[in-house]
Amino acid sequence: MIGALLVVFREILEAALVVGIVAAAVKGLPHRGRLVAIGIGLGVAGAVGVALGIDTISQLAQGTGQQLFQAGVLGAAGLMLTAHNIWMAEHGRAMAARFRTLGADVTAGRASVAMLVAVTGLAVMREGSEIALFLYGIAASGTAAMPLLLGGLAGLASGIAVGVALFTGLSRIPLQRLFSISGLIILFMAAGMLAHAVQFLVQAGYLPALVARVWDSSAIVAGGSLVGRSLGALIGYTPAPSLMQMLAWIVSLAAIGGLMFARSHGSAPAPTNGATRVPGSAS
Amino acid sequence: MNRARSPHPLLGAVLLLIVGLPAAAATADSTPQLVIRDQRFVPDALTIPAGRSVRILVSNEDAIPAELESYDFNREQVIPGHTEIPIFVGPLEPGTYGFFNDFHPDSKGKLVVEPAAQ
Repeated sequence: MIGALLVVFREILEAALVVGIVAAAVKGLPHRGRLVAIGIGLGVAGAVGVALGIDTISQLAQGTGQQLFQAGVLGAAGLMLTAHNIWMAEHGRAMAARFRTLGADVTAGRASVAMLVAVTGLAVMREGSEIALFLYGIAASGTAAMPLLLGGLAGLASGIAVGVALFTGLSRIPLQRLFSISGLIILFMAAGMLAHAVQFLVQAGYLPALVARVWDSSAIVAGGSLVGRSLGALIGYTPAPSLMQMLAWIVSLAAIGGLMFARSHGSAPAPTNGATRVPGSAS
Repeated sequence: MNRARSPHPLLGAVLLLIVGLPAAAATADSTPQLVIRDQRFVPDALTIPAGRSVRILVSNEDAIPAELESYDFNREQVIPGHTEIPIFVGPLEPGTYGFFNDFHPDSKGKLVVEPAAQ
């Protein structure tokens, strides 16, 4: 029972961290709770669909279908977080300075709605499909399945509790600081997702590893441990990354960070009365 | 059950064209095989050569899905019940690398990477 609890908890943890942070990062967005619920609902439906179709997915592209699928999911989520972050870099400070929330800006509201629902759904679908397969395995094994199933459900509940706690904690931070903190967290999270997507393409053989293992830090933080999994979701940590994965991480981090920096400095200083922005009348 | 290895060769070919690098970069000779039977890896120590990409065919003979996962050689792959799926490993330095079934963490195996005999 404890074993099943831990297996499910480890799987749900990554999704819970992503959802908790993303939901907190769009503070002030109208109907935020409902949108998160929609994203989770879509993610759960997607997870069940993926679990049911895992045979078909697995056999695609000479048996590399799972890797391509994972790379696609992580790549899409990473790019949506990137777009959100770059937009926030340009507008977040001004919004916070005027104590305006995301919902106050229609454009931002729409973009954030899409990002929130999609990233939540993708994160839940990715980890949820493995939980669905695991629980199916338990149910299929028949004998003494009930305690295991209960353990699995307890793991699910614990993981959700972590996500809710993270969300609640982050939501208490004042708007201006929250946007800076969530921007930084999402920057690392997006880079980690994109690097992980690249690693899946390496796994499938579509990209060279260059060096299969640049280092091995599993003695310090084991990949399967709770800390390792959390760091995996937050910054893309793996104990023995390939050189290709590392390069993808560094390039993503530099590119997203650079764009955020350029946008946040390009749009400053904020207009004096905040209502309109007059373009510079150069020459 | 569906045991066909590539029911969609066209899709595979298209993807290969798009991505450029062949999925089956590893040489086809003597594909090492790993079997999951009664929630155990058979053999529990699989030997592969060092210094090149190796294609390992993993066959799950159980009805229950398994997830082969390794932080040592950085792989994760769900193997549905009654299915065989290739995984690509390496190139790795000589040594011993652990892997496990993430859905059944008690079942573990080792990848023994030996210097390529020439």
